[in-house]
Amino acid sequence: MMTRQDEFAAALLDPDRAYPPGLLGKGGPPAARRFDVYRNNVVASLIEALETGFPVVRALVGAPFFKAMAGEFVRRHPPLTPLLMLYGAELPGFLKGFPPVDGLPYLPDIARLELALRESYHAADAAPIAPEALAALPPEALARARLRLAPAVRLIRSDWPVHGIWMAHNGGPNPQPEPEEVLVARPGFDPVLRRLPAGSHAVLLALSSGGRLGDVLAGAPPNFHESNISILLQILLETRAICGISTEELS
Amino acid sequence: MLDTTRFALPPRPGVGFKTQHFAAIMADPGPVAWLEIHAENYMGAGGRPLAQVCALAERFPISVHGVGLSIGGEGPLDADHLARLKHLLGWLDPASFSEHLAWSTHEGAYLNDLLPLPYTARTLSRVAAHIDQVQDTLGRRMLLENPATYLDFAETEMPETEFLAELVRLTGCLLLLDVNNVHVACTNRGADAAAYLDAFPMAAVAEIHLAGHDTQADDHGTPLLIDSHGAEVADPVWALFRHALSLAGPVPTLIEWDTDVPDWPLLAAEAARAGAVMTGAAA
Amino acid sequence: MSDTKTAFVLAGAMAAALAAHTATPAQAQENEKCYGVSLAGENDCAAGPGTTCAGTSKVDYQGSAWKLVPAGTCESMELPGDRMGSLEPLDRDLPA
Repeated sequence: MMTRQDEFAAALLDPDRAYPPGLLGKGGPPAARRFDVYRNNVVASLIEALETGFPVVRALVGAPFFKAMAGEFVRRHPPLTPLLMLYGAELPGFLKGFPPVDGLPYLPDIARLELALRESYHAADAAPIAPEALAALPPEALARARLRLAPAVRLIRSDWPVHGIWMAHNGGPNPQPEPEEVLVARPGFDPVLRRLPAGSHAVLLALSSGGRLGDVLAGAPPNFHESNISILLQILLETRAICGISTEELS
Repeated sequence: MLDTTRFALPPRPGVGFKTQHFAAIMADPGPVAWLEIHAENYMGAGGRPLAQVCALAERFPISVHGVGLSIGGEGPLDADHLARLKHLLGWLDPASFSEHLAWSTHEGAYLNDLLPLPYTARTLSRVAAHIDQVQDTLGRRMLLENPATYLDFAETEMPETEFLAELVRLTGCLLLLDVNNVHVACTNRGADAAAYLDAFPMAAVAEIHLAGHDTQADDHGTPLLIDSHGAEVADPVWALFRHALSLAGPVPTLIEWDTDVPDWPLLAAEAARAGAVMTGAAA
Repeated sequence: MSDTKTAFVLAGAMAAALAAHTATPAQAQENEKCYGVSLAGENDCAAGPGTTCAGTSKVDYQGSAWKLVPAGTCESMELPGDRMGSLEPLDRDLPA
């Protein structure tokens, strides 16, 4: 048997469902529009959370399309916690299986990028290392060193120019059609995006799982050229993405 | 017996904190003596939200107002969410913590609205058990807020005021009297708002909320007020506020403005208006 | 690369990175707590828009009822072929 809240919740998310029985309006039988206030509160507020959270996805498909698509998403994937700040983790997967956006194969990766930006915004604070700490290390110690990436760092690799598309929506030029590797970091309170040299994604993943700099570079993918090392390090320093350095052996 | 918890927030105007007002508040809070934050927006691990609230807490008493605990839910409270609340309150040690007489989570899905419940002996014991659990877990008394509602339930057995008075008696919790919610819910159910206030357990009221609402109509053309928090406080709500103060005495009073949030001067002016009413009532 | 060579390549790269980092004028750190607004999705206790049609309309996109097509900046991205949907996945230059 369905409880009061079973009935209520089911009818909130499904407008084709009959209104729950036993509701009263002013002095008598319920007016449908009164229940619809709740239906609207639920669905419209969650759509709005997605609109704010995925501005580039929204711009790409246009506001009316996004609103309709978000309505479908909300009904399939209502939030699993009361923390709206992180709502929408299932959107990239949803977009992959949503036929009306089949023509925009890069859309799920743009959604991943926008999620990463929000995660980065709310991630734990961490003091970045002073660049001098790296400068002080002799070559052998540097090769032995393990770097700790800041909690706000996110890495994305895409077959599509996700950084270019994001930049194009934030004052940049139109993107070039190529795969991209992207770093999200938070030098202060606002996350930033940086396009990384090819191969950096694998290098940073290996570093973040505790690999030593020398070993990681020796095992870097072939497309990670030697000249990329200083570019990558400079990006990490500039975005304050390194928050720890250790030359100790792991116990 | 003097209840010190009641006076943890000053009996002066406060406002609901919005990120975009941070600089203005730090520069000149005007009549605003305390701030309220929505708990769920400060449950991230770090970054600007926590840095801002940390800076505010050094200068202002803070009230933490939860919107997602679903105390009126049929199912058990979300233990993870309760743990997050405990963590936030432990870190911030705010002057006050409040939540709503409503439900918002069902079978694991968070519906992001404050949904109504019938007032029966059964729902009373369930809500009381939830409040006990919250107060035990958090190690502090909580305030419970009366809801804005758009419909009622045939199975309801007692008036909302009696339901709230029973909760106070059973759990020792305090109450947050939302005067706009009183006006909205009473208008929507065709009840007398002043009489509602007369029946409200005022001795337990430790905070008042004021906010703006929208006026719409239902399918029969009957006025249907929506608790939008998107406008100035309406005149009938100011009148009810005066009435509430005459019954409750000086109570910390908050202006809530959550949608179409105005620039700081307009929000500060609303707080000043609330302050003037409070001063007038005390005189 | 030998271990020694790796170490020296790394040291050289580090020196170059540090030199470039130091040469970059100190950026105005947009770190002040007062700037910027939250990145989305805030909880509040206000009611939504009341009577809109968001809560009462639903379209089955797997049926024929879904008539909307994406009509935003995707149409003007000037990606290859100049048309939305013509951007094909490129061969990865990354190891699988």
